[in-house]
Amino acid sequence: MTQLALVIDLNVCVGCHACVTSCKEWNTSGSAGPLADMHPYGKDPTGAFFNRVQTFEVGEYPNTQTVHFPKSCLHCEDPPCVPVCPTGASYKRKSDGIVLVDYDKCIGCKYCSWACPYGAREVDPERRVMTKCTLCVDRIYDETKPESERKPACVMACPTSARLFGDIHDPDSIVSQAIRDNAGYALMPEWGTHPANHYLPRRRTPMHIHEDELTRSDNPLKVDGLLPKPAKSEPSLDDVMSW
Amino acid sequence: MRPDFSVLFLTTLIGAGQGLFLALFTVQLYALAALLPAPDGHAFYAHGSLLALALLVGGLVASFFHLGRPERAWRSAAKWRTSWLSREVIVLPALMGVVLLYGGAHLLGWKPTLLILPSGLVLDATVGLGVVGTLLAFALFLCTAMIYACLPFLREWASPLTVVNYTLLGGASGFTLAAAFAAWAAPEVTHFLAGWALVLTLLGLVSRSASLIRNARLKPKSTIQTAIGIKHPNIVQKAVGFLGGSFNTREFCHGKPAGTLRSVKWVFLAAAFVVPLALLAAAGSSGPVLALAFAVQYLGLLAERWFFFAQANHPQNLYYQAVA
Repeated sequence: MTQLALVIDLNVCVGCHACVTSCKEWNTSGSAGPLADMHPYGKDPTGAFFNRVQTFEVGEYPNTQTVHFPKSCLHCEDPPCVPVCPTGASYKRKSDGIVLVDYDKCIGCKYCSWACPYGAREVDPERRVMTKCTLCVDRIYDETKPESERKPACVMACPTSARLFGDIHDPDSIVSQAIRDNAGYALMPEWGTHPANHYLPRRRTPMHIHEDELTRSDNPLKVDGLLPKPAKSEPSLDDVMSW
Repeated sequence: MRPDFSVLFLTTLIGAGQGLFLALFTVQLYALAALLPAPDGHAFYAHGSLLALALLVGGLVASFFHLGRPERAWRSAAKWRTSWLSREVIVLPALMGVVLLYGGAHLLGWKPTLLILPSGLVLDATVGLGVVGTLLAFALFLCTAMIYACLPFLREWASPLTVVNYTLLGGASGFTLAAAFAAWAAPEVTHFLAGWALVLTLLGLVSRSASLIRNARLKPKSTIQTAIGIKHPNIVQKAVGFLGGSFNTREFCHGKPAGTLRSVKWVFLAAAFVVPLALLAAAGSSGPVLALAFAVQYLGLLAERWFFFAQANHPQNLYYQAVA
């Protein structure tokens, strides 16, 4: 069994939205037709996105951390959105575990979006069907691309490599290792959806400042202090004043 | 959740239609057992079935306005093994067909004998159709309610009370309508139907109040901590990731102040239960008063359904707390 998934390192994400724009760019240019992008320069722009980056502030000033949180379909291993679909348009692929929507079968009843606790699905207001992250299924198997580019567009775009892509059922894959080594976790475990996507937690990077890092050893102002002490036999002021 | 008027009309109209059909067949069973005078088949059963059918069709038509692609609606019968929505899509037309046959059999007087009980009671085809229709009507209540009750994280909905409420409220509005209809079509059974409408409305008040009390005591299972997986009591969302609106900011909240929600609660408790109870008790066999009771109760149930949706708090809203 293969379960493809993303692992997102919150410790590295800088919140640049490159994954959002590259996702939109790739998925609006594909064979499934453009993703809605309505009044982009108007007063109330709206449209469908498969990926969003949100920002949270954790803690109270002055002890705060800003957490950028990329959010897309988690490709749950037990997806609650799939069995509720009345037409079978929403399905999970046995071969690689990707949860997909057949846009030609979807009737746009929105029931699957009600059944997703993560809000990962968005109705395309122009095509009037449910859309969601496909893990770039039209890219990752594209043999005309070099092996190194057969990854989701968001993974390719991330400038800090905060996004990893691979098979979480393969214990030796880069994603399984990252989850193991860095305490990767799933979102809202209380609903038993077993999300395939995992997040790597923030890790504190403590700064140790040693005393010698504060004082420059060759500071010219302090250079006198480093001169060797005069020898005992040399004349000193004590010889003059000692009567 | 955002209350969509197509779904409000769907659930309230078919609920009243199912209740009306159940009321018609209840009268037939009582008349069969000679507990009630037999009403005129043509005026009461046939026209009553037509009214029930009209309500069911009205609900079905309303449901199409909920769909993005109504022309593909036929596909929705496919996944009845897993989806309650799909089951509803199958049971609703089946009930409509049986109601049509039931009304047609009464209209044409088509009553071939199916069975003669040892007591000499003759069960004809209309009784057979009535039994099948009754089973389908209850199955439809179950399907409609389970669409909502089967979503575990919409905790206001995920309760057996949802099924009880849909059944009782649909039954109450249907029996009230049947009483009003009988005042013109079969005055001899008006009292009987108004009495049952009173009982069902009272039971509906009890079960709906029970679910209101249950929902008021719910503690959320999902929190912002589990939503983003960070263990800290103070987490504030600073940005949702976009400036304009999106499907996620529109579909999952009712967008009205909390005061509106509270007022709607009192409005529906009064309009769906208290006022109809008073009118049913005072009506006697006055047709206009019973019709008024149904009209008030139906509007009250629309408000009840609006509240049912608006009160449900979807966990995805945890990701959209900082909507600008």
